[in-house]
Formats: sequence, C-alpha cells, structure tokens
Amino acid sequence: MLTYVLRRLASIIPVAFIAVTACFFILRLAPGGPFDQERALPPAILRNLRAAYDLDQPLVIQYFIYIGRLLRGDLGPSMVVQDFTVSQLLALGLPFSLMLGLFAFVIATVAGIAAGTIAAVNQNKWPDYVLVLVVMIGLIIPNFLMGSILQLVFGVYLRWLPAGGWQNGSMAHLVMPVIVLAWPHAARISRLMRGSMIEVLGSNYVRTAKAKGLGERLVLSRHAIKPALIPVVSYLGPGLSYLLTGSLIVEQIFSLPGIGRYFINAALSRDYGLVLGTVILYMAIILVLNLLVDLAYAWLDPKVRYR
Amino acid sequence: MAGITRKDETLSRYADQLETLDAPKGRSLTDDALRRLFANKAAMVSVFILGAIVLIAFIGPYFVPWSYSTVDWTAIRKPPDFEKLHYLGTDQNGRDLLARLLQGTQMSLIVAAVATAVSVIIGIVYGAIAGYFGGRVDAIMMRFVDVMYALPYILFVIILVVIFGRSPILLFVGIGAIEWLTMARIVRGQTLSLKEREFIEAAKAGGAKPFTIIMRHIVPNLAGPVVIYATLTIPEIIITESFLSYLGLGIQEPQTSLGTLISEGAQVIEVMPWLLAFPAVMLVLLLLCLSYVGDGLRDALDPKDR
Repeated sequence: MLTYVLRRLASIIPVAFIAVTACFFILRLAPGGPFDQERALPPAILRNLRAAYDLDQPLVIQYFIYIGRLLRGDLGPSMVVQDFTVSQLLALGLPFSLMLGLFAFVIATVAGIAAGTIAAVNQNKWPDYVLVLVVMIGLIIPNFLMGSILQLVFGVYLRWLPAGGWQNGSMAHLVMPVIVLAWPHAARISRLMRGSMIEVLGSNYVRTAKAKGLGERLVLSRHAIKPALIPVVSYLGPGLSYLLTGSLIVEQIFSLPGIGRYFINAALSRDYGLVLGTVILYMAIILVLNLLVDLAYAWLDPKVRYR
Repeated sequence: MAGITRKDETLSRYADQLETLDAPKGRSLTDDALRRLFANKAAMVSVFILGAIVLIAFIGPYFVPWSYSTVDWTAIRKPPDFEKLHYLGTDQNGRDLLARLLQGTQMSLIVAAVATAVSVIIGIVYGAIAGYFGGRVDAIMMRFVDVMYALPYILFVIILVVIFGRSPILLFVGIGAIEWLTMARIVRGQTLSLKEREFIEAAKAGGAKPFTIIMRHIVPNLAGPVVIYATLTIPEIIITESFLSYLGLGIQEPQTSLGTLISEGAQVIEVMPWLLAFPAVMLVLLLLCLSYVGDGLRDALDPKDR
C-alpha cells in the first residue's frame, strides 16, 4: 500500500509542473496587459510599473522567476488589486468556496448513494420511477437556470429563503446554493449506484447470503454495499473537481463571496498573478483529492494495488 | 455421347430455379441498429422535435415580422400580444422576443455543431494515433490527456474566451478544443482492439502506410461510438456556451444565444417573467431531446449494453 501511495505521488508532480508551464505561456500570449487603461499611462510610469513586476524581462526569465517563487510557496503580488498579494486574495475567498463545494459534495454523495440503493432494491416500483424523474431534472436543467428558478420560487414568491448574498453568515443563505450545486452530482451518483447495485444484487454470493438466511438489511450492509460502491468511488474524483469548479459558477449566481468573483475579473483585466494563482490552487486541490480517491479505490478493490 | 447428360440437365434446372427464387434477405448490423432505434419511442419523438426546432430556428426568422435587433417603440416591456404580432412579448428595449429566441436558438445550435465537430475531429485523430502506434507514444499521449483531465476545466474555458476575444468563431473553437478528451479516450480504446484485426494486418501486408491505415481502415470503423459520443457532447456544449453567455463572456449584443437570453431574463424575472420562461423552456426542451436521442443511439448501436 505504501509503495502504491508513493508511486501515485510521484506521478502527480510532473502533471502539475506541465500544467503550470502551459498556463503561464498561454496567459502571456494573450493580447493586452494588466496596465492597459482607458487613458494610457505615461511611458515612464508604465516602464517603472513593468519593471516592478518583472514584466520587462524576457518571457523565459519571467517564467523562471515565477517558478522560483512558486517553489518557495510565494504566488507573487496581484497586478491589478493594489497592495494585495495573490495569496492574501485567495485566502479571503478560499474558505468559503471550499466550504460550499465540500458541503455540496458530502450531501450529494450521501443522498446519491442512498437514493440509488433504494431505487435498486425497489427496482421498477414507484421509488424507482420517482428517482428517474429527479435524476432527469438534475441532469437536464443547467445550474444557472436552476438557480434562477429557485431564487424566484423560494426567494421572491414564497420568501422562505434569502435569494442571494451572504450578510451575516446564516445557514439559510447556503441552502439554495448547495441544492443547485449538489443536484446534478447526486443525480449522477444515484444513477451509477442504482446500476451497480442491481448487478450486485443479482450476483451469486448475494443469493448465497440470502439463502443462508440473512435478512435484507444485513445482506445489503455486509455483502452488497462495498462492491456496489466501486463505480461510484471512481466517479468521486471527477465529481469533486466538478463541484469545486462549479462552486465558482454558483457563487456568481447567488453573489456569494468566494474565489469565483475574483477569477473572472482577474482574467478580464489580465491580472496574470491572480489568474495563475487561482488555477494553481484549484489544480493542487483537485490533484490531492484525486489521489485520495485513488487510495479509496485501492482499499475497495485489491486488484488495483498491484497493477 | 459426351456432353449434356441427364445429371447436367437436372442440375442446370435447379440452378435456374435458385436464380429466380427470392434468397432470404440478410440483416446487416446497421439494419439491426436502425430497427432498435425506430422501436425506441422516446428517441423517435425527440428526433422529430429536434428536427422541428432546427427547422423553425433557421427558417422561422423569415416569417417573423421583426428582426432580432429591431426596436418597436410602441411596445416596450410588453407581455405576449397577438394583435401587435409580438407572440412572445418584447424585452426592455422593445425587441421582439420570438425573433430573438429564434436567433438565439440558431446561435446555440451553430455553436454546438461547430464545437462538437472540432472536438470530434481532434479526439478521433489524437485517439487513433495514440491507439495505433501504442507503446511509448501511447503512454505519453494518454498521460497528456490525464493532465488535461486534472485541470480545472471551466477556468480554462474562461481564460480562453477572455484571451481570444469575444468573436463567436473563437468561442466555438475554444470550447471544442477542450471537450475532446473523452472522445480521444474512447477512440483510443476502440483502436487498440481494432488494430489486432485481420483486415488491418492485410492492409499492412499490402504495404499501406500507417497514416493511410488509420484514415482508411480504422477511422471508418469508429463510427458507432463516435456518433454516440458526439450526440452526448452537443448538450454539454450548449450548456457550456449558455453558461459563458450567462456570465457575459459569450455571444455579444445585439446577437444573442439561449444563455444570453436566460441571463437577461433572470435579471428582470419579477416584472417580466416571460423573458425567462420562453428561452428556458426552449433550452430545456433542446437538452431533453438531445439526451433522449443520445441514449437511444447508444442503446441501438451498442447492444452489449443491454
């Protein structure tokens, strides 16, 4: 198991390195720069500004400066938001984005697994049909539309929940964003869970367990759940990265104070440092989470460990 | 006397009979697939609705008395009104919603078609090359796909769109250039098994170059999975495009797309609900039909799954 962990860790580093490099050069190829303004700055000031942020150096040198800083854990200054470093800006938004994403992830995973199991046990009865409908709605309606509809119904007409914003950090402000974010994810998970659970329930060892007189619940909890979870676990990695980046979108819809609000502005104003910093941060989170998912996978399915 | 004997006579009569007889018709794999598709009612209804939407989106504008950018000063912020010929109402600027909805649907469909084509082409070429050459080439190429998978995808779309300006064509290409990963994986898997088959060996023995083999012998055999996956990619791209437009990064005024219409409608939802309702219904209908057609095609072309 330890060698497996080390091998996976070793494969992450080149991936991250290539991605950072690619992102750095793509950004610099774009026309425009962080100091373009409606009224052009006097050339002397522009020159000084560029020198202060090392933008006057050749691109390759800039790249090595950036990588050198990055290895020391420094994401550099923001070029547009004055007097802030990228790390400070990210630290302001990250806790909220992470909280939203993880909240949705936990709720969606638990709900999806439960719903999929219930549907599989009651195959072709009414709980199954209800689930198919709910899954369809979650997969078909894009999250920004779902957000608008919920805002209208529960925020404006019924006035049960606040339609957006994050004034004093009450949980009520989180209910709708979490639902919007979690629904499609829960839909996919329950679909996977239903399929694999039906397959497992039809297998020989489940029949044996039933034949030796185990009750329905015991058969499910002792024998059926673990193997049925394998396809679900393999989806958790992509699902989690989808939820974390999806939270940017939901933050925008419900005007919540996460990283999302900086990112789009930063890209528009060519704030190289902030854009790269956000991408690197998300990439790191996603890669680490993927690693954790792989480990969970290895725990569930011993064949994976020895490959 | 040597020549025609009784045996020959009998045999030739029998041969004549065989010729006029209706030979039992064989059923090709395509026939089977089509039969399964036609038997799938949800998929067939969806195909008709999709066809209708496409026709209306492209021909409809010629029959609507307003263009998508004309302003009717006598009808601003009006709900649906049949007497004034604003069948779906007008927006804040007095532009006819029906005309804008048709233009928006058209734009979303074009984006989806072009972006899907881009992603399918990149995916097929990349996947087929990786799968055919195998070994180290394959390992490196697929490692790259893994890298791309690990990246925060939506961030990249936003960066691309912001950087390459807001022209619709770059939007198509940008979205397509990011959606090809899964296609490449599927194609590679298929190619790995195809290249072991006899007809590829025959082509190699005949002296065909690798590129010819890939293009002439491997790619045509990938049609099934490619068609299925392309149908399933279209709704994803429509959603991505409308999301970008929703953020204000996609299609720009006065042109419009379903996402732009929905984002504009969502802002005035309390006073002018029709501005959100009609585009939303259109988008959901489109996505629903596409997903039914995709599922139907998968069931029809991939009998292993059933």
